[in-house]
Amino acid sequence: MVGKGRKKLISKGGVRVDGRKPGDLRPIKIKVGLLERADGSAYVELGKNKILAAVYGPREVYPRHLSLHSRALIRCRYHMAPFSVEERKSPAPSRREVELSTVIRDALEPVIFTEFYPRTVIDIFIEVLQADGGTRGTGIIAASLALADAGIPMRDLVAACAAGKVDGQLVLDLNDVEDKEGEADLPVAYAPQMEAVTLLQMDGTLTKDEFERALKLAVDGCKQIHALLKEALRGRYLAVGDVVEAGVKKGKGGES
Amino acid sequence: MLFVKSRQLVIPGDLLAKGEYAAGENVYKGRDGFYASKVGLVVFENQVIRVIAIEGGYLPSANDLVVGKVVNVGLSEWVVDINSPYRGVLFVSQTSRRSFDSRRDDLTGILDVGDVIIAKVLEFDRTRDPRITIRDRGLGKVTSGYLVKVTPTKIPRLIGKRGSMINLIKSRTGCQITVGQNGFILVKGKRVEDEALAVEVIRMIERDAHTSGLTDRVGEFIGRGSEED
Amino acid sequence: MVRSSEVISNIERKRILELLSQGKRLDGRGLKDYREIKVERGVVEKAAGSALVSVGGTKVATGVKVEVGKPYPDRPEAGALAVNVELTPLASPTFEPGPPDKYSIELARVVDRGIRESKAIDLEKLCLVPGNKVLVVFVDVYVLNHCGNLFDASELASVLALMGAKVAKYVVDKGGEVKAKAKRVPLPVRNYPVSVTMARIGGDFVVDPSLDEEMVADARITVTTDKSGNVCAVQKGGVGVFSVDEVMEAVDIAVEKSGELRRDVLGV
Repeated sequence: MVGKGRKKLISKGGVRVDGRKPGDLRPIKIKVGLLERADGSAYVELGKNKILAAVYGPREVYPRHLSLHSRALIRCRYHMAPFSVEERKSPAPSRREVELSTVIRDALEPVIFTEFYPRTVIDIFIEVLQADGGTRGTGIIAASLALADAGIPMRDLVAACAAGKVDGQLVLDLNDVEDKEGEADLPVAYAPQMEAVTLLQMDGTLTKDEFERALKLAVDGCKQIHALLKEALRGRYLAVGDVVEAGVKKGKGGES
Repeated sequence: MLFVKSRQLVIPGDLLAKGEYAAGENVYKGRDGFYASKVGLVVFENQVIRVIAIEGGYLPSANDLVVGKVVNVGLSEWVVDINSPYRGVLFVSQTSRRSFDSRRDDLTGILDVGDVIIAKVLEFDRTRDPRITIRDRGLGKVTSGYLVKVTPTKIPRLIGKRGSMINLIKSRTGCQITVGQNGFILVKGKRVEDEALAVEVIRMIERDAHTSGLTDRVGEFIGRGSEED
Repeated sequence: MVRSSEVISNIERKRILELLSQGKRLDGRGLKDYREIKVERGVVEKAAGSALVSVGGTKVATGVKVEVGKPYPDRPEAGALAVNVELTPLASPTFEPGPPDKYSIELARVVDRGIRESKAIDLEKLCLVPGNKVLVVFVDVYVLNHCGNLFDASELASVLALMGAKVAKYVVDKGGEVKAKAKRVPLPVRNYPVSVTMARIGGDFVVDPSLDEEMVADARITVTTDKSGNVCAVQKGGVGVFSVDEVMEAVDIAVEKSGELRRDVLGV
């Protein structure tokens, strides 16, 4: 996407339209385990993005013929509510939603120990209630938290964010207007413990050097977000009841 | 070398230790050492590192006592929901019925959809659905009681070391409680109030299973003695 | 294909019936009590209006969008109303992704009926160019978690979203072109339909049925009333049958409870 940038998206001093500096992430708000019926769920706000993710599984596969004999099938559906964008979007899945469902699934599957649950399916559902640029990244974040909430065994939590180029400058975490009118957009998902890029897309124009810098910027953003995800999960359980004490407890129940 | 303290809350991907250890449940060996694969409390037992998961489903294991619900009736077997990704299969040969002729008898006369059973897992290896039985003593159809569903990972805490926790609840509330390893629990008491109290304690344990001091809090909650009995 | 979560166990069914014979419900509520209702208005700023409603564990989010479109051929001088319900797969292990099925369509039509027949929106005020251009009000109901009684939660979320909706002021210039001004005005909301759903279990009506109660009930009835207590929509569901007296009993309960909901939840 090559934009002319009719209005200035970033000042000479590096101040973006929403007041951020080029390397700043938007504020993030996280809630884990808010949907009772789902096996795992999470709600994430990244700037004005509001995204809900739910995980069901491992569970039986329907239709049966889709089941894999040696591992779990991972299914993912990314979907936007009609009221999530400026102009009402039809509830029927668009081509973009179908594409994003696929790349998000491919971003999450590498960390899941699918071999533990042959002949089952792990369903990941992502609903965008409000979109403002970076919904696939926010969806991946919410899905990672929901998978952890469901007790799905994983190698790592996958974090995601986008970097890009706006008015000639490389920036982190593009909002909607930056995404639409900037010169390049590079969404990335990253599993820090595995040092693995699990989602990578780009559209726009970047020199090879800019691409490398943008990629590193995005990976760095992912690491920051990853730390926040861990805190959110820790906070969920430490807030309940007592703080877990260190040291070995003798004669404690609960050993299986 | 350990990177975490015993009973510390860990997150998937957390590096737990490096060196001569063995990976127990919810721990995997990766590039730089041993990592957690679920959110939970890490424990070290000799050289085995494992994580007691806070959330998670039920995977059947041979000899597990489970409480299940019949969801389908076949020609010579019933399909039973045992709160697992894999449905339990109960063959008529695993009931106490001596003779059964599929041409003459109807399975629904023995067990029908919606019936609750206490069963035992015979075998399970993930390539086939688990086989279960209701042949032994204490197993079979349940006709009344309160069915409570808890996250299966909390069951060990609910039972307690050598049954200490569950026996405490049973004696203080006077209820018969059958705890399925699969997270389905049957509570039967003389009075509705007793059952309600038992259920409240079970929910409390489910919520706080990963915290310390739980045994004391439960003891306080259900009182020092059953004065009413 | 029956997902096992659709089967309620016989002992749970027995317990619900036993308790009902003593005038009690599984969660301790009275037969006519609603679960705790929580409301968050304006949760989606990009929507013209929105609301998130929780009734017990049931969670429904409704977003309202208003756009310029064509009127219905039989009402060329009125705005249009379109209600859509998504039973999202997040909400229940039994909901699958896909086009609207019979459950979501029935739910959408009942919510629509309540809004339309009570004339909650003064649709005539939404006409821009008669026979050609009107404002179309899209009410999109998103069911996020299903713990029973999706009807009432959906209706409440939809009416709340409409009440809080702010739309651009549209003007028609001399050339017949429609232009949206920057000023935002509320939708012309004139009435406040409230639906009250009851499940009939044995011989009893239970208001705001939970998921378990819905699975045991042989029939349900939803009665929607407007702010004056007029009945503007009714829907019977399930294969059980009602006597005329039972229907009138349900209507009486609905009038009573909807007044409470209108006052306590909608604030009117």
